[in-house]
Amino acid sequence: MTDLATSERIVAPRIGENAPRPDGVPKVVGAFAFSSDLHHDRMLWGGTLRSTHSSARIRSVDISTAVAVTGVHAVLVSDDVPGQKVFGLEYRDQPVLAGDVVRYEGEPVAIVAADHPEAVRMALEAIVVDYEVLVPVVDPMTVEEAEPVHPDGNLVRRIHLRHGNQDVVGDVQVEGTYEVAMQDQAFLGPESGMAVPADDGSIDLYVATQWLHSDRDQVADCMGLDPEKVRLTLAGVGGAFGAREDLSLHVHLCMLARHTGRPVKMVYSREESFHGHVHRHPAQMWYRHHADRDGTLVRVEAHLILDGGAYASSSSAVIANATCFAAGPYRVPSAEIDGAVVRTNNPPCGAMRGFGAVQVCFAHEAQMDRLAGALGMDPVALRLQNALVPGDELLTGQTIKGTAPVAEVIRTCADHPPGASMAVDPLELPGGAGRTADPEHVVRGEAFALGFKNLLFSEGFDDFSEASCRLAGGVATITSACAEVGQGFVTLAQQIAREVLGVDEVVLLPASTAGIGSAGSTSASRQTWMSGGAIQEACGQVRAQLLEHLAAEHGVDADDLVIADGRVVSMAGGFEVDLAKATTEPIEASVVFRHVPTLPLDENGQGNAHVSFAFSAHRAIVDVDVELGLVKVVELTTSQDVGRVLNPLQTVGQLEGGAAQGVGLAVMEEVLVQEGRIRNASFTDYLVPTALDMPHVEIAALIEQAEPGAPFGAKGIGEAPSISSTAAVAAAIRNATGLDLPRVPVRPTDIVFPGGTA
Amino acid sequence: MTIATSLEDACAALAAEPNSVIVAGGTDLMVEVNRGSRCVENVVALDRIPELADWHLTGDELRFGAGVTFAEICEPEIAALVPALAQAARTVGSPQIRNAATLGGNIATASPAGDSIPVLAALDAVLELRSTEASREVPVTEFITGVKATCLMPGELIEAVRVPVLDGPQEFCKVGTRNAMVISVASLALLVDRSARRIRVALGSVSPIPLRASEAEDHVSGHLDWDSGVQPGPEVVREFAELVAGSANPIDDHRGSAAYRRHAVRVLAERSLTRVLNRVSSP
Amino acid sequence: MSTDPFVLEVNGQSHEVADAHPGESLLRVLRERLRLPGSKNACEEGECGSCTVLLDGQTVCSCLVLASTAVGRQITTIEGLSGDGGLSHVQQAFVDAGAVQCGFCTPGLIVSIGSLLESDPDPSELAVREAISGNLCRCTGYGRVVEAVHLAATRGGGSK
Repeated sequence: MTDLATSERIVAPRIGENAPRPDGVPKVVGAFAFSSDLHHDRMLWGGTLRSTHSSARIRSVDISTAVAVTGVHAVLVSDDVPGQKVFGLEYRDQPVLAGDVVRYEGEPVAIVAADHPEAVRMALEAIVVDYEVLVPVVDPMTVEEAEPVHPDGNLVRRIHLRHGNQDVVGDVQVEGTYEVAMQDQAFLGPESGMAVPADDGSIDLYVATQWLHSDRDQVADCMGLDPEKVRLTLAGVGGAFGAREDLSLHVHLCMLARHTGRPVKMVYSREESFHGHVHRHPAQMWYRHHADRDGTLVRVEAHLILDGGAYASSSSAVIANATCFAAGPYRVPSAEIDGAVVRTNNPPCGAMRGFGAVQVCFAHEAQMDRLAGALGMDPVALRLQNALVPGDELLTGQTIKGTAPVAEVIRTCADHPPGASMAVDPLELPGGAGRTADPEHVVRGEAFALGFKNLLFSEGFDDFSEASCRLAGGVATITSACAEVGQGFVTLAQQIAREVLGVDEVVLLPASTAGIGSAGSTSASRQTWMSGGAIQEACGQVRAQLLEHLAAEHGVDADDLVIADGRVVSMAGGFEVDLAKATTEPIEASVVFRHVPTLPLDENGQGNAHVSFAFSAHRAIVDVDVELGLVKVVELTTSQDVGRVLNPLQTVGQLEGGAAQGVGLAVMEEVLVQEGRIRNASFTDYLVPTALDMPHVEIAALIEQAEPGAPFGAKGIGEAPSISSTAAVAAAIRNATGLDLPRVPVRPTDIVFPGGTA
Repeated sequence: MTIATSLEDACAALAAEPNSVIVAGGTDLMVEVNRGSRCVENVVALDRIPELADWHLTGDELRFGAGVTFAEICEPEIAALVPALAQAARTVGSPQIRNAATLGGNIATASPAGDSIPVLAALDAVLELRSTEASREVPVTEFITGVKATCLMPGELIEAVRVPVLDGPQEFCKVGTRNAMVISVASLALLVDRSARRIRVALGSVSPIPLRASEAEDHVSGHLDWDSGVQPGPEVVREFAELVAGSANPIDDHRGSAAYRRHAVRVLAERSLTRVLNRVSSP
Repeated sequence: MSTDPFVLEVNGQSHEVADAHPGESLLRVLRERLRLPGSKNACEEGECGSCTVLLDGQTVCSCLVLASTAVGRQITTIEGLSGDGGLSHVQQAFVDAGAVQCGFCTPGLIVSIGSLLESDPDPSELAVREAISGNLCRCTGYGRVVEAVHLAATRGGGSK
């Protein structure tokens, strides 16, 4: 890494350089407007009444006292939803406001607009809902025989994947059952936004989200409006990680704004936020791995059950991912994977960084370690032996056509010398300032894990991205509805435009549905590829137009022309023009960028369903206080297949941040659900890693093999770091303790009372 | 709302409105207020009263004004006098919380997981309570009567906390599932009182009220050679740890099971005793 | 019902606060009444540090300060930290070290770190991590944040 203290800041950095974020300065001075910072002088405050039961019939909702509370301007219920009563990402199965039944604790039942948050609170307290409480359906393992939680039934999707010869059996077999608990995205910026009604019946909605146009379309349907009548502008996003793919307060804000004729702002409390967004699917996974005695994988069988909770969200795509990537990045000639995502009265689950691959990675890596043990093989050697290479087939029968430097990912990570010394300061031992252990109470463990998943959307989904470029007066203006959620796309957008156009000054217009078509979702590690690609192409077209025009006008060869330092110059000599002057007439181009088409999975889960894949490995070193079951993650080393590094600092930031979420799932993060109720809906008891819990993340290698079809050859990098990190930490704890630890997060009781006597 | 600048002011305000909410650091109160579960119509703020923010050493006794913060308790001067209290203070919340949260507030909130409480119980801390009517003294072990319940009367406030400065090593250990900002799952304070030839032990998060492990204290104190410093056998340490675990009264909740908590205090007892043993008879 | 008006000293300026609700936190008053939304509201229960301000020079969670009790105190928010129109060493270091992603934790972190460097101009990594242990970040994993602190310390020492 360059010595930042002494290095000069590069003016107008391009691809591959450490371009600073364009929103960095506003963010460090506290001037950046997040969705919870919005203000309008005439604004009212909104609030939501939520179900306190995980399954109940609504007999009546009495709002009469609530509407009479001083300062209240509106109290709305299900009947007040002007358009379609239901919304959803894949299936429109979720009510805007519960009508006759509530299916999860926290489901919205009524909404209020008032002068002040205090008045909102009093009004919400004054609404009387008469519930007929039902017994919730909460066990995903038995749910298919249970009463339907929803008219659409309790099975959201089942994939029965069969690959290769089904009659194969391996000389060595290992079996295991694994569990991944429910993780929360725990973004810091609460759900928030503002809706501003216009006189013509249209609405301006400012909200933090991941996919502007998908939100806009659902909102328009629910408001009974044509799409152009809902203008959604991205407000500053305080993190997403999948939790903002679904609607939360969007329609509620629009309903209140339209009803009152006033701007309405809503901000969820942290407790409300836990109920207000989807979580990572908890998973129960049974596996059987078959191998030859020399370690070659022969067959993998698995049963996966993901609990999708009350509504479908993106569960259908999550189970597809889990099933497709169930065996990990290895050559598996024969497989039978039964993957199902079911409906319960538990909190709804959907997208979270890693999207199904996190869960199966924990399981398949535990299996690989089990297999290595049974074979007497080194765990890393076993992985190298079976690692995918380009040209190999996945479980879906799809051949890897792009890059797959899996062996290099493994070797660079596993061979990287560990840096962690033994803990000296008590603060570095498990227990930290709690001073629970001395060095002699602590055992160090080390382990390795490998993971992968797809990039971009799959199974035939056309997740295109639009962008436009306008060059005028020497300044490039980029329009894209790509949602910046913290990942740094806004930085890359400028770098790409500078790289292609040769200009220094690049302006990014605010992301809005009003100015441009969809950029698709900020998820699936897709935006660098898709929106980056759209911007690259749009800028390329503008460049070509400019150079062709100048060539024609001045009789020079367009191929000799170069744009740099504010001028257009011919490399053949004899021609130079000021760029600003050459672009007094604006030049524009708009592009809809698409990836290669993908296909659905057939009835055996076979098909060319994915565009591309990214691979990563982690090596974890942990210190374990075995008697107390406390863990300190001491070091994480990682290698990742990135295609091309577009911004080194931002790349490191993604790898470190994703690893932190992986550490969290490994040792501390779990949404505790009992009878459908969340027991720890607060940061007091939903624990995410602090700076004292996270180790240094050592980047062993960023493997740059240009991916065909990807702009600049760059693969998306956001999800991979969160996939193999959990598995590596859990395996390291196994290494330290000798315990099976089939569940994450690993709790102290799992170490102290293995087999679950307490 | 009264921002009191003297104890008299504060007590007078409390006498005028006995159901006033007392606030010092606000780190427990405001969580409830923000959630909407606590109303604060009449407030008496104590954070400007100089006497409350002060502390004095007089002979072998340390007197803390109730407004001394946990950040201050972490400082070397106090840490040298009551190491276990400083160790406990360092585990309270976060640096921001420690800058505001007060010793008095921690006691008055009376959470079974309050970090200072096991140390204060082990020290036989005495609280000075004050109202316009009278002043009285109550041992901390009697002051806290149940989960988040105290014998503080309307109109009263905690003026000070007095603890002895003991001669001997001290240990405070706290089990939590994260290395910072964590509510105690189980904790233990172990203090050596050489002059009384006693090991004092108190537990946290395993009882609704402050808990001294008296049986364990008796056992180990009687088995130590206070003069020669010869270490007792491992069976004494084990028996001590078992007695400590036996004295606990833990519950199952979402932070931990009763069984784990009982196990944890057994481990903490063994470890903390082992740590102090070779320092018992030497300075 | 509302409180009597009171005056708060924020970033060197006096602000009268009228009609506050009795239980309003300093965070809410800063954000909604004084139009200083730089301090953030990620949890409002003292568990994330995104609301960190300086109260008489000490870091506190402003969500846990009853606004009406902050009368007479010097309150410094993120908005008050930039020196004379320029960025502080800490702010510039955050930009240069890649320590800003979504930015929601950033103001609270910068206030905490500024305070750290005042008292410990060349902190060890462990001291840095303990000093920011009350500031949650969900995006960065803290790696670039720790780097930013060392960068700021190298460049100038102290919080400016």
